[in-house]
Amino acid sequence: MDRFNIGDSVAVRIDSPRGHYRTPIYIQGKTGIIESICGRFKNPERLAYGYDGYPLKTLYTVEFLQKDLWPDYKGNIADKLLIDIYEHWLNSINEG
Amino acid sequence: MSNEQQVNHGDHDSESEIQPSYYASRAKAIEALLVQKGVMTTNEINSEVNAMDSKSPADGAKIVALAWLDDSFKTKLLANASEALEEIGYKLPDETPYLKVVENSEDIHHVVVCTLCSCYPRMLLGRPPDWYKSLAYRSRVVVSPREVMEEFGLRLSDDIEVRVLDSTADLRYMVIPRRPLGTDGFDQESLAALVTRDSMIGVSDPLSAHF
Repeated sequence: MDRFNIGDSVAVRIDSPRGHYRTPIYIQGKTGIIESICGRFKNPERLAYGYDGYPLKTLYTVEFLQKDLWPDYKGNIADKLLIDIYEHWLNSINEG
Repeated sequence: MSNEQQVNHGDHDSESEIQPSYYASRAKAIEALLVQKGVMTTNEINSEVNAMDSKSPADGAKIVALAWLDDSFKTKLLANASEALEEIGYKLPDETPYLKVVENSEDIHHVVVCTLCSCYPRMLLGRPPDWYKSLAYRSRVVVSPREVMEEFGLRLSDDIEVRVLDSTADLRYMVIPRRPLGTDGFDQESLAALVTRDSMIGVSDPLSAHF
């Protein structure tokens, strides 16, 4: 079962674990909405070190409003940034 | 980082050939190790290189043109790109990352980046352009997408919603740009000729019909 549904509010974990990870710093700590569920993929944090990448991780496209990311953002207030984030980097807003 | 290696140090190099760059030497060394350790053969490496070089933006352009002409193909392409491509006889290589196609419209404009490295729909567009891999593009297009697109010559009205797609993981994105006006009656080939690489990344529009 996927942890999140489309439309759920999520916050990106703030972390800088040793080694390889695919969650850029600029998006960490920001709050967005699950835009789509991309499927389950091998975990790049394991693949990078010669492991088989299992267990698979669900990957989500998460949508953020640009104005929530950059205080001085100029443009349409509906402008968005969409980014692909693995499940273990996301916390439900309600989970705190 | 590599500049120092490329500088010709005057007399020292006067008799030798041009030295390969730092990255070229490093790639050669890694390749030699992979072969030596039996991870892959030289033939396998060459066939990968050939496969990558056989793809170019012309492949993507044909698909965009078909999507402009055939609504039901476009719908399938947006829903499940690899299936839609397979139906028209275009088999993506195995082990290829998942391809997602998005469409620009009069209301929404997509532009693609990989802030972490240089993820790119190579299976359709070939190798990414150098600017796509540059730190300047990768860092600026997420913060100021409208300004960056304007530098590419694309000025978007404030009414249009801009969506920056940061392909950080297992998805690769290709954009179907807006079909240029005045192209009614164009066939797939003449439409494809208007579809530029940059328009499929989203930093510019396709060529106009009367350029």
